[in-house]
Amino acid sequence: MSATMTTAATDHGHEAHGEHHAHHPFQAHHFDTMVQQFDSAKLGIWLFLITEVMFFSGLFVAYILFRVNYPEIFAYGHQFLDKTWGMVNTIVLLFSSLTMAWAVRCAQLGQQRGLITNLIITIACAAAFLGIKYIEYSHKIHEGLLPGALFSYDPNAHHGEGAGHDSHDSEHSTHVTGPMPARIGLFFSIYFCITGLHGIHIIAGMIAISWILYRSIKGHFGPEYFGPVDYVGLYWHLVDLIWIYLFPLLYLIH
Amino acid sequence: MATTEIPAGSGLVQPLGRSTAPDNFLTHTRGFASWALTLDHKRIGLMYLACTSSSFLIGGIMALILRTKLLTGNSVSWMSHDVYNHMFTLHGAVMVFLFIIPGIPAALGNFVLPIMLGAKDVAFPKMNLGSFYLWIFGAIFLVTAILAGGLDTGWTFYTPYSTATNTSVVLATMGVFVLGFSSIFTGLNFIVTIHTMRPPGMTWFRMPLFLWATYATAIIQVLATPVLGITLLLLICERLMGIGIFDPKLGGDPVLFQHFFWFYSHPAVYIMILPAMGVVSELISTFSRKPIFGYTFIAYSSLAIALLGFLVWGHHMFTSGQSKLASVIFSFLTFSVSIPSAIKVFNWLATMYKGSISFATPMCYALTFIFLFSIGGLTGLFLGALSVDVHLHDTYFVVAHFHYVMMGGTMVAFLGGVFYWWPKMTGKMYNETMGQISALLVFIGFNATFFPQFVMGARGMPRRYYNYLPEFQFFHQFSTFGSYVLGLGLSLAAFALIYSIFKGKTAPANPWGSATLEWQCSSPPPHDNFSQTPSVNHPYAVETQVYDPQLGGFRKDPNVVPLEH
Repeated sequence: MSATMTTAATDHGHEAHGEHHAHHPFQAHHFDTMVQQFDSAKLGIWLFLITEVMFFSGLFVAYILFRVNYPEIFAYGHQFLDKTWGMVNTIVLLFSSLTMAWAVRCAQLGQQRGLITNLIITIACAAAFLGIKYIEYSHKIHEGLLPGALFSYDPNAHHGEGAGHDSHDSEHSTHVTGPMPARIGLFFSIYFCITGLHGIHIIAGMIAISWILYRSIKGHFGPEYFGPVDYVGLYWHLVDLIWIYLFPLLYLIH
Repeated sequence: MATTEIPAGSGLVQPLGRSTAPDNFLTHTRGFASWALTLDHKRIGLMYLACTSSSFLIGGIMALILRTKLLTGNSVSWMSHDVYNHMFTLHGAVMVFLFIIPGIPAALGNFVLPIMLGAKDVAFPKMNLGSFYLWIFGAIFLVTAILAGGLDTGWTFYTPYSTATNTSVVLATMGVFVLGFSSIFTGLNFIVTIHTMRPPGMTWFRMPLFLWATYATAIIQVLATPVLGITLLLLICERLMGIGIFDPKLGGDPVLFQHFFWFYSHPAVYIMILPAMGVVSELISTFSRKPIFGYTFIAYSSLAIALLGFLVWGHHMFTSGQSKLASVIFSFLTFSVSIPSAIKVFNWLATMYKGSISFATPMCYALTFIFLFSIGGLTGLFLGALSVDVHLHDTYFVVAHFHYVMMGGTMVAFLGGVFYWWPKMTGKMYNETMGQISALLVFIGFNATFFPQFVMGARGMPRRYYNYLPEFQFFHQFSTFGSYVLGLGLSLAAFALIYSIFKGKTAPANPWGSATLEWQCSSPPPHDNFSQTPSVNHPYAVETQVYDPQLGGFRKDPNVVPLEH
């Protein structure tokens, strides 16, 4: 969303600044040059990314604290997370980062079709990620693997006959070992808060990329002016990067 | 525009200094929408000023009502315990989140910062307007919280009480969450503006110190506020879903909330005070008619305060059962913050030394600031000392301490800044005598209100209590009467300012003889501030500004060669 700042008021066109080139249609009137405008927005988006890192940092601190205090709930709880889906999602997001970076490159080179194609693929990957997340979430909600006070999973109900459950359920039941520790709900609190917040960022990213896509179709971007694609791209890479941390920290622990 | 053809820096920017420029930002466009949808940083600054001042009024009225209750230590019929709890919570929340944090950066900073840089606007004008509307939404959430059940947690929202009380914690925290983003966007905007929009010749060490202060403030806003955001989000989840992260029943940790909260809220104290120090640096130099002493030290001390401010949050939890080692380290770091603060105070005093001091209203407030901030800062050392804090924790001593810093410091500097830049904002001169009397009343009233609170705090009067023992009655009553004087002083200040809009003399471009750029454009400034980016000299080369009786203000004397600073 912060990228909207770069849309900037269109040029009022009445003030020559003594520069040797004419105003670009997307140069805001309070900037002297396009370079100044680009540098400002670039610094702005990096600062915004810092705020995002700080925003997530609270949850990472909570993760560290509870992992140190109650390692058993992480050892037990992570068994319910589906490593396969997690890995698929990681690949999907990594691929979307590739297409996003590619889109920036296309914008810089003025390759209109490549730009649009790559943005569409990026949005599709984001949607696929959310779809998979939906599958994972609904499975956990169904089982009662919920945060804190809402946690209602009954381990005994799943050790007996696996009849009536689909393959996922039985797969999980066989993998889960050891007695269920107290406070297990905390693990799912962390899990849902942190992946939920990440999911919200994916949605925000989809909105931002859709906006970039719209502007791309209108032909706004080219070698002279590609900033917004760049800024949204940086945001998207951060969202991707956070997932790169979340996947091992939640799914791949012992 | 008169400025166009004159070489920048010649000083003759506004030859007709007495007359308001035909086109200024106030008259540039008209109508409600031209304000509501404006991207002009000056208008946004004024809207912020109006809104934050209104919040200050509301918070202040609450404070007066609370003080009136405390005339007696017994129950009173017109205010129940519950109403009292709600009111001191809202007094704190309104003052902190709606007034002090946005007060100087968003109101004065927005108005002044781009002009000081000789820029047309901040880097992201739309984001600037967005931040103002986020403030409005945040305020609406807070007001809704008041109407829908109130809030009795104290402004700190400590768990586990905040997850148990049946008041509108969720609405209030949503409000603060939104206000946080307003603050982040202001800070982000300022950092980028200072980095990329400085004019030719303005190196980092040729920036006015107010810009160093807002820059340091903005760093804190950008780094610390998101942590408050996630903390409040977790608190909301805790209330709505019982996630248990702060709930010991489910294995969570209520002290973790305190750590998270103060990781933001202690740096936030410096969000409040740093811009105030920046204002005072401008005032002291201008009204002593001397270049600021120790420019580099003041500039770096702002950054030092910003960085050290991140490392001291644990001193709010000396009694919360954090480890002794952590307490010792936090105590040590807390003392270290006093060094850059003292550097500033000494440099201000050195600036005044052998200066030609004018006791104009802004200077009266600046002097009040130095006096009150010193008391507030030094009593902070008592609280930073481990053993003393155990005795003073949660007493009126703490209340007095942070009021000396927040109100005696920030609010007084805010007033000084408002009086200082008022001619620039409105094009009108306020009545100097009224302003000086208001400063005197504020000084007397403030000390009468809060000094007794040090005494009764040291004698064991706990904060936030509805009742008190008879031995504290004298101090409470003294404090209450002091608060009436303070209220009177503030009302007079408000009256002097508002009166000037209707009856004030037209302001010259540079009434004070300050050398920073905002005084080189007309009062009030034209819509675009400067028709071309001006080049700059040293911001404190006040010797280049000479009084011109014809203008009724100062102008740059082209014959004076600025000293090497």
